[in-house]
Amino acid sequence: MSDPLAGLYQELILEHAKRREGEGLIEPYDAERFLKNPTCGDEIRLRVRLEDGRIAALGWEGQGCSISQASASVLAEEAPGLAVADARVRIEALRELLRSRGAAEPDEQLLGDAVAFAGVARFPMRVKCAMLAWVALEEALLEAEAR
Amino acid sequence: MGTEVEQGTTIDAERLAAIRADFPILAAEPAGVPLVYLDSGATSQQPRQVLDAEWAFRTGRNAAVHRGAHTLAGLATDDYEAARERIARFVGARPERLSWAMNATDALNEVGLSLAEANRAPAVDPRLRIGPGDEILITEAEHHANLLPWQRLADETGATLRWIAVDDDGVWTEADALAAITGRTRLIAIAHVSNVTGLVAPVEAIVAAARAHGALVVLDACQSVPHRPVDLDALGVDAAAFSGHKMLGPGGIGVLYLRAELGDALPPARVGGSMITTVTMTERDFLPAPQRFEAGTQPVSAIVGLAAAVDYLEGVGMAAIDAHELALGRRLAEGVTAIDGVRLVGPRPGAERAGVASVIVDGVHAHDVGQVLDAQGIAVRVGHHCAQPLHRRLGVAATTRASAYLYTTEGEVDRFLDVLAGVRDYFGAR
Repeated sequence: MSDPLAGLYQELILEHAKRREGEGLIEPYDAERFLKNPTCGDEIRLRVRLEDGRIAALGWEGQGCSISQASASVLAEEAPGLAVADARVRIEALRELLRSRGAAEPDEQLLGDAVAFAGVARFPMRVKCAMLAWVALEEALLEAEAR
Repeated sequence: MGTEVEQGTTIDAERLAAIRADFPILAAEPAGVPLVYLDSGATSQQPRQVLDAEWAFRTGRNAAVHRGAHTLAGLATDDYEAARERIARFVGARPERLSWAMNATDALNEVGLSLAEANRAPAVDPRLRIGPGDEILITEAEHHANLLPWQRLADETGATLRWIAVDDDGVWTEADALAAITGRTRLIAIAHVSNVTGLVAPVEAIVAAARAHGALVVLDACQSVPHRPVDLDALGVDAAAFSGHKMLGPGGIGVLYLRAELGDALPPARVGGSMITTVTMTERDFLPAPQRFEAGTQPVSAIVGLAAAVDYLEGVGMAAIDAHELALGRRLAEGVTAIDGVRLVGPRPGAERAGVASVIVDGVHAHDVGQVLDAQGIAVRVGHHCAQPLHRRLGVAATTRASAYLYTTEGEVDRFLDVLAGVRDYFGAR
């Protein structure tokens, strides 16, 4: 019998859930967001530092399911160096992909390793887990720019 | 118990098959494989008899109750009050002690809000007085529905909220409770059966201690009334709450039980139509309980459906259901305890516990555990089960909970145990 969860728990996701890239709260930072998914208790505290319109550093602390933790880890690997506007494009692209219920084609060029989360789109109950860190960054960027 | 028919003491295989055939949803395959429904602690499924009763009412006898004078209104009112009597008999209560609520949360809120209202009056009824220096006692294991109303009541009245602490397993004892009940205790609110740990509260001892100190006892009976024989008048609690959707009934209907003295003394939190005697432009007089707590139109067909659910439960026999679930609870508790890296929350196997098992899987988040089970058609609850303080005390954000009911089979429990045993391997957690 084939594993019905193979599309969800990609090797890369399970590996990132253990590696936890970017774990730790950076100093100094321009904005911090704490987000919680009240249905399952996933939580993340994410800090971001900007320099010349680019993400200079990003760090996070959190607890939750493998999807939410891996998604924070992938984000922390991909975000540093991105222009704020480009980061927003990627966040939106991931959101669209995850909400597509599997209908959308992932843009590997744009999303990088985050395409591993494409399988989450077929598990609507887990979309919030995969988006948690990315929404935290989205809100932190708004806050950092408002300062 | 008001059982009319002599019931068996267990549910045998033949009976179990007949019961399962009454629940259409148990044949569904929402995840593409046969459903193993182990989430009855969150909401139970409904037998066709309940749906048929609602259908018959809606298509043949529906009208506004306690309002109209036409024949149909009379029929609807008869069904409505007959349902109250039926459900009252089921929980060993006089009918006038039961008022309708949306669910147990709503019923517990009604008690909390009514007590706050009573304490705003210039001359507070001494039985209802709660204020600075007084204590409201709960446990650390309560569902948020039996925590937040009392938090708020304490905030509003200046009383102190105290709680019976749980141990590392989430367990508290009769001795803990008795030590916490003092002359300052004015109200005690506890779950009869914990929705997370399956612990059964020593209600008799708590009521006796409360009486000795003049405290009121509010019982969250959400996880007891659906699963075991409960006689509220005999227990002697002052108030109790339970939900229809957890006992084979429709959603949107629950029950608030109030002892007569309390029911007629409490000012209603909600006011409006059908709960008054006289209204002027500046004054109002309320009907006695139960109507005084039933402002506005009630979900009559759901109430009729709940009465049919009670008929169904008593047709099987509450003693038999209790025995069936205790056996499944033992199987669950012993089964999960035998799995390496899985920790059972609540009373140890062998101690009294309901047909529920919440577990922590070492190295794997509950959400991931639930996903692996779901892929095999096994529906369990993952999360904090509306008991965050308890989970914080256990040192986790979430647990995985399997809960049984009268239609649950040993085979389903074993299927759950089999898949659970493979979860840590799947995530490479060992």
